[in-house]
Amino acid sequence: MYGLFLRHFFLIKSSFPRILDLIYWPSIQIILWGFISKFFSTYSDYYNNTVGIILTCAILYDFLFRSSISFNMLFLEEIWSRNFTNLFIAPMKISEIIISLVFTALIRTLIGLVPAILLTSPLFGISILNLGVPLFFLFLSLYIFGITLGLFVSSGLIRFGPSFENIAWSSLFLLAPLGCIYYPIEILPEFFQILAKGLPLVYIFDETRNILVNNFVNFENILYAFYLNAIYLSIGISLFYFSFSKARKKGSLINMGE
Amino acid sequence: MIEVINLSKSFQNNKAVNNINFDIGENEIIGLLGPNGCGKTTTIAMILGLLKPTKGKILINKKNIENHRIELLHKMNFISPYIELPKKLTVKQNLIVYAKLYNVKNIDQQIEYLSSALRLDKFINRLTGELSSGQKNRVSLAKSLINNPSVLLLDEPTASLDPETGNFIRSFLEDYIKQKKISILLASHNMEEVKRLCTSVMMMKNGKIIDRGAPSELIKKHGRKNLEEVFLKLARAEHEF
Repeated sequence: MYGLFLRHFFLIKSSFPRILDLIYWPSIQIILWGFISKFFSTYSDYYNNTVGIILTCAILYDFLFRSSISFNMLFLEEIWSRNFTNLFIAPMKISEIIISLVFTALIRTLIGLVPAILLTSPLFGISILNLGVPLFFLFLSLYIFGITLGLFVSSGLIRFGPSFENIAWSSLFLLAPLGCIYYPIEILPEFFQILAKGLPLVYIFDETRNILVNNFVNFENILYAFYLNAIYLSIGISLFYFSFSKARKKGSLINMGE
Repeated sequence: MIEVINLSKSFQNNKAVNNINFDIGENEIIGLLGPNGCGKTTTIAMILGLLKPTKGKILINKKNIENHRIELLHKMNFISPYIELPKKLTVKQNLIVYAKLYNVKNIDQQIEYLSSALRLDKFINRLTGELSSGQKNRVSLAKSLINNPSVLLLDEPTASLDPETGNFIRSFLEDYIKQKKISILLASHNMEEVKRLCTSVMMMKNGKIIDRGAPSELIKKHGRKNLEEVFLKLARAEHEF
C-alpha cells in the first residue's frame, strides 16, 4: 500500500507540470464561477431570458472548445498510436497538414455539437437558431479562434512532444474566465479587462448576448472579432511552421510518442 | 540512388553523426551496423528529412533532400519497429490511407499485390491493433512499399520477430530487389540478416563510419569467423578508431 503511494508520490514530486496541473484546475474553476456569481449577484435582473442566454452561450463556448480540442486530438491520436513519424515522412506540405486538420476538426466538432443543439429545444424550449443569420458569423469566428488555439497547442506538441499534452487540455479553460462567456467584460477587474479586450471571444459573446437581449445586431463587434482572429490565425500558422523547423533541428519528430 | 556527403549532426556539444560519406546505388542494399547510440537512427532521420543536418548534404536521385523534401518523399519510405500504424484502423484502411498520402495511382491493384506477396489476405480486414507482432511487421512493410519507393530505409525490420517470420521478410526483400529499381539502407543488429541481404556493410561508432566493405571482405580483413565477431571487435575497440 505504502509502495503504491510512493510510486505516485515520486511521480508528482519529480514533475513540476504535474504539480502545476493539480493547482491549475481548481483555481480556474473558482475564478470562472467567482465571476459568474459576482455577475448574477450584482445584476440579478439583467437578463429576462437567463436560461436562453446561458444555454446559447454554453453551446457556443462548447463549439469553440470542441473545435480546438478536435484539432489537438487529431494530433494527439497520431502521437498516442505512434504513427506520428509515418505522417511526417509522407509527402505532405505543412499547409496540406493544416488544411486537412481544419476540415477534419470541423466534421468532428459538428458530430458532437449537432445533437446538443437539437436537444436544447425539446428539453428547454430554446433554439440557438433564434440568433438568426449572425449565428453563422459567430460560429465561423469561434471556429477560426478554436483552430488558432489548436495550432498554438499543436505547435507545442511538435516542438516539445507529448509532455505538452496537458497544455492542450488546459488552454481553453484558461481563456474561459477572460472570454466573458456568461457575463459582460465590466465584471472583470480592470487589469483582466485589458487582457480580455485582446481576445475575439469577448466580442463574440458580447454580441451573442446583445442579439438575444436587445434583438439588435452590432456588426462592429463581429467585424472586430474577425480582425483579431486574422491576427491570431496568422501568428498560429507562423508558429506551426516555426515549430516544425525547430523540431527538425532538435530531432523531436523522431520517435515521437515514446 | 542515395549520396551522403560530409554529413554531420550535433545536438548541443554532442556530435551524433560526424562527417560521414557514403552512397547507395540502384538495386543495392547497404547495411548500417553499430552499437546503440552510434548514430544510425540519426543518419536515417536526416535522409528522410526528419532532421536537419548541421553540416553536409544528402542527395536522393541527385536532388538535395533539404530543397526537394516533399518531391523526394514521394519516392521514399521507411519502416521501423519504433513506429506503428493506427491500431483502430483495419489493415486495408491503413494501406488505403497511406496510398492516398503517397498519391498512389492504382490503389486497389497495389494493395492486392502487397497483400498477396506479404500474405496479408487472411487479416486484411482486421483491426491492426489486434494483430500479432509478426503480422504487424508485415503490414508495416506493406505500408513502406505502398508507393513503390526507389529509396527504402529499413530500421531493424525483423527485430523481435520469430525466426520463420524473419526469414520470410528477408526472402521477400531478396526477391523484391530483383524485381524493382530500388536502393535500400538497412540498419540492423542481426548480423546474419545483414550478411544475407547486403552487398556492402558500413560499421558505425560514435557517429563515424569506422569501416566498410562486403561482409565477406570484412570478415577476412579482421580475421574473424563471422560478421558478429567483426562487429564485436570493432564495437569493443575503444581507442582504435
